[in-house]
Amino acid sequence: MNATARRSAAGLISVVALLASVLASFAAEPRLPALSGRIVDEARLLSPSTRNELTEALAAHERATSNQVAVAVLASLQGYDIEDFSVRLFRAWHLGQADRNNGVLLVVAPKEKKVRIEVGYGLEGALPDAIAHTIIQSEILPRFRAGDMEGGVVQGTRAVLGAIAGTYKPKTGTTYDVNFDPMIAVLIVFVILFLLHNMNAYRRGGHGFGGYYGGWGPSFGGSRGGSGSFGGGSSGGGFSGGGGSSGGGGASGSW
Amino acid sequence: MSVARSLFHSSRLWLMALALIAPLVLGGCGVNDIPTYDEDAKAKWSQVLNNYQRRADLVPNLVETVRGYATQERETLTAVVEARAKATQTTLPPDILNNPEAFQKFQQNQQALSSALSRLMVVVERYPDLKSNQNFLALQAQLEGTENRIAVARRDYIQAVQRYNTELRTFPGSIWAMLIYRDAKVKENFTAQPGAEQAPRVDFTKKS
Repeated sequence: MNATARRSAAGLISVVALLASVLASFAAEPRLPALSGRIVDEARLLSPSTRNELTEALAAHERATSNQVAVAVLASLQGYDIEDFSVRLFRAWHLGQADRNNGVLLVVAPKEKKVRIEVGYGLEGALPDAIAHTIIQSEILPRFRAGDMEGGVVQGTRAVLGAIAGTYKPKTGTTYDVNFDPMIAVLIVFVILFLLHNMNAYRRGGHGFGGYYGGWGPSFGGSRGGSGSFGGGSSGGGFSGGGGSSGGGGASGSW
Repeated sequence: MSVARSLFHSSRLWLMALALIAPLVLGGCGVNDIPTYDEDAKAKWSQVLNNYQRRADLVPNLVETVRGYATQERETLTAVVEARAKATQTTLPPDILNNPEAFQKFQQNQQALSSALSRLMVVVERYPDLKSNQNFLALQAQLEGTENRIAVARRDYIQAVQRYNTELRTFPGSIWAMLIYRDAKVKENFTAQPGAEQAPRVDFTKKS
């Protein structure tokens, strides 16, 4: 083998290695279950009545405090650490209100025998790691070890609700989730009004300010109202995260 | 005369409109991306520092609690205290994110504290009294939580820097960098430490 052939072989190998690493980085994302409700039970661990009861308790808690608590019982961790998986799931579901990050996610992986309480930034004070640890050790794991999976999930969730109750008052009034910078909106409106005003002033010699203003007002208000649809959370379906995030706070355990 | 004045008037009007619209149009084609990603990476870095600080703050309490029960483990405890001192005493240069040497040193110091702490957590398994101490259990839970926060913060930082560096070196971003952001530099990123992916091993042969 001459030097050129060797070099091209080395080049080929490095290209293949690069491709492999790119593919690996794509494959490195776990498949996350969809947020179908406050309780996502992939492993079919909970009976329908327990699930309804727990969902109702979580919905009532959100109405009272705006805290969003969700439970995920996973079919598999897909080879990930439960810590890694939980923070990805928490962020994908955007638990907690966007301005408060007041979400908590209880993750149970029966196949791997792992459990984790993932706490949003905003509740780290009310539910510090040590409390989350205590809830796992004294409420959840003894029941799991005794084979009472349902009881462990229910009591664990109730303990979490107890720990974070009363830390946030419900929101007063409605806030809108405006997705773009309000300054830009104001600028756009001013530019349009300015142009319309001047054009009309030139064309007619008078000014058609009022008519156009009236035309713009309601449609703008309507689009704002449409985008601000989170918050209350109905007890049936239609639960969605409020935009909160987590930085990896909480505790894990295994049985 | 009046035609000329109205022309002048309308061109001034359009200039004004242009001046108002220009930032919006430019904003859409990525002129703000470099500073935006820069600030994002800096914020993520602060979160990394914040969590390392949180860990350093836990260490004195942890060491005191362990010392009360595991008096024979002086060597391991001293290693933790020294690693903490080293990790917190070195003042970080302000340009650490663009300074490979300082960044590397920071990473090494924090890594040394990580290994010292994980050795300590292995050693304490031999002390059932300590393992049932409520204070210790709380500290242990906090340490675990903090290590996890560090992992998350590091991953966030890695992603933010990757986005920033890519923007700086690929097409539209590289033009803006050349034109207006000449002082924007590629940032340092975390690398996996050799052996960091392995869990600490219990070494029974070297008993203190």
